[in-house]
Amino acid sequence: MTDTREALMVGRTSDGRLVQRPLSPHLQVYRPQITSVLSILHRATGIALSAGTLLLVWWLVAAARGDAAYAAVAGFVRSPLGILLLFGWTASLWYHFCAGLRHLAWDAGVGYELPTMHRSGRAVLIATAVLTLLTWIVGVAAM
Amino acid sequence: MSGITKIAVMRSQLGRVRGLGAAHGGTHHWWAQRLTALALLPLSLWFVLSVLRLGGLPRSAVAHFASHPVNAALLAGLVLATFHHAQLGLQVIVDDYVHHERARMATLLAIRGVAALLGLIALFAIGRLAFSG
Ligand code: HEM
Repeated sequence: MTDTREALMVGRTSDGRLVQRPLSPHLQVYRPQITSVLSILHRATGIALSAGTLLLVWWLVAAARGDAAYAAVAGFVRSPLGILLLFGWTASLWYHFCAGLRHLAWDAGVGYELPTMHRSGRAVLIATAVLTLLTWIVGVAAM
Repeated sequence: MSGITKIAVMRSQLGRVRGLGAAHGGTHHWWAQRLTALALLPLSLWFVLSVLRLGGLPRSAVAHFASHPVNAALLAGLVLATFHHAQLGLQVIVDDYVHHERARMATLLAIRGVAALLGLIALFAIGRLAFSG
């Protein structure tokens, strides 16, 4: 019996010949490109943000419980580990936010040409860096 | 057309459509992921700006902030959208990488359970803050 997954790997070349295509990029074979690296980063930041919800829940619960509990969260967030986690969380959020916008544009059918894709990819990286830095400049100033 | 490659597949086109791949479903999940993503754009922007304004302030300021009905509603909306979106997103990742059916189902159930629990805890905390602040 043939592997049924092969049914999903059928494609045509530009001159119309039927060929088999790989199902998804094989990380061991493909050279990393901005398209594939940004794609896996969206997934990685999605996982990081999911873990980050623990901090959000802790913050909300502590604020609801009282001053002592709140002081514990505030203290953690100011510790070296807390700052590292919070920095990772803001960078992940801004990346996922910008790359998410790019995803939603694709879903609307916009931005599929390769040069456009490379340009929007670079824009996502620059916007992530700028927004993350801005968040921390404002955040540190407010402390 | 010359040199057509024939690929033997023991599955009809209808079977492919009905089977819907490894997740056994799809369009509803896809829509919910986009809808929650759309909701999270303004909500997370608002949340970051709010936290920046609350940073360094005592707990009473957070309670006062959450006692405003609009803020409480937006916080609850953020929590609902975040956990729904995260759980949908994590499911896609599990569908992609966990091939053993029992392990896949167990992981999905665990993710849903944890997401529901954390979401409920967050909602009750927001409620308590909102009514006490
Ligand atoms: C800030 C607003 C957000 C936007 C615009 C957004 C957008 C998106 C989009 C469009 C996808 C689908 C990507 C795809 O089909 O490959 C996605 C996936 C995902 N998102 Fe978000 N998201 C946001 C916030 C969040 C948050 C706060 C979390 C976690 C708490 C999260 C966790 C995930 C996860 C785990 C995935 C799955 C990634 C994958 O399949 O590779 N997202 N997001």
